[in-house]
Amino acid sequence: MASHTADPQIEAAHTTLQHHFEDSEQQKDASTVGMWLFLCTEVMFFGGLFLAYFVYRQWYPSAFAAASNNTNLIIGATNTTVLICSSLTMALAVRAAAMGKKNLIVLFLILTLLLGGTFLGVKAYEYHDKWVRHEVPGHNFNCTDEAGKPCTDAGHTPLFFALYFGMTGLHATHMIVGVGIILFLIAQARKGAYSPEWHTPVELFGLYWHFVDIVWIFLFPLLYLIDRSAAPK
Amino acid sequence: MANNSGAQHGSGHAGPLHAGPHVVPKRLYIAVFLALIVLTWVTTFVSTVDLGRWNIFVALAIAVCKASLVVLFFMHVWYSTRLTKMIVVASMFWLFLLLFLTMADFWSRTLMGVPGR
Repeated sequence: MASHTADPQIEAAHTTLQHHFEDSEQQKDASTVGMWLFLCTEVMFFGGLFLAYFVYRQWYPSAFAAASNNTNLIIGATNTTVLICSSLTMALAVRAAAMGKKNLIVLFLILTLLLGGTFLGVKAYEYHDKWVRHEVPGHNFNCTDEAGKPCTDAGHTPLFFALYFGMTGLHATHMIVGVGIILFLIAQARKGAYSPEWHTPVELFGLYWHFVDIVWIFLFPLLYLIDRSAAPK
Repeated sequence: MANNSGAQHGSGHAGPLHAGPHVVPKRLYIAVFLALIVLTWVTTFVSTVDLGRWNIFVALAIAVCKASLVVLFFMHVWYSTRLTKMIVVASMFWLFLLLFLTMADFWSRTLMGVPGR
């Protein structure tokens, strides 16, 4: 390697390389594996909730069909689109980091932040709508359809809404945490902390952000779509 | 080969697509993005068509396609080491065990009588 030490990029790699790794590639692979192991625990975390959803839907199909028809299809699809856009900008931010384009990293992270914020704003609107319509499980719960008639098997509809708020709430919590981390990454990127040789925080946060996107990719059909056409007309 | 700094680190693992830092062509990201958007609106439209019990399978099949695109390309698993790929597959496998084995119980409970009851 002696002949390479004059290379400024190799020099830069040495400043971010921890002593217990052979080289930057090994260090990055180790970080990636660590992040994926964390994401495995997240898969299990959300997996339990998905299982609860499937079991209760199996037990009370008509209550779930009636309740899920009270979600707003257009808002759900639009918010899914917003989140997919934020995944694209996040992927482009990681790409910009790998190419060492500091201003592009900041730009794409800010776009990701704005799109994530838009998603959360729309989600807040949906929650408020559910609150106003007495669809929050508890003392004032009252599931009614568009015509104001009680939902089919209304006694079991709180189960759907409890899972709705539990799953989308846990998802939104992950996004709020993500927004905090993006703010940190933007500040670091502006200082020029990330280089093509070392931009592991941007890359690993990208994995987290895409994972959160994937959770929504499954929540959207389960909560908004699959019982749409099955509802009593 | 401007993007190829440190390419010698990459030799030994990943495939021929791997070259230096993970700089994937921008048009690949755009293509994946467009596919995700199209699939989102396809699944939204299909949900308004009554397919009976197949609605859930179509919706989940589309969701699995979308998730696979995100995992393989946005999350770079296509270009990752075998160890990373194994961890990803293992997490999917454990999720499959959790969901499929439990639901197989619930689905099949009503198919046959319980001896002694």
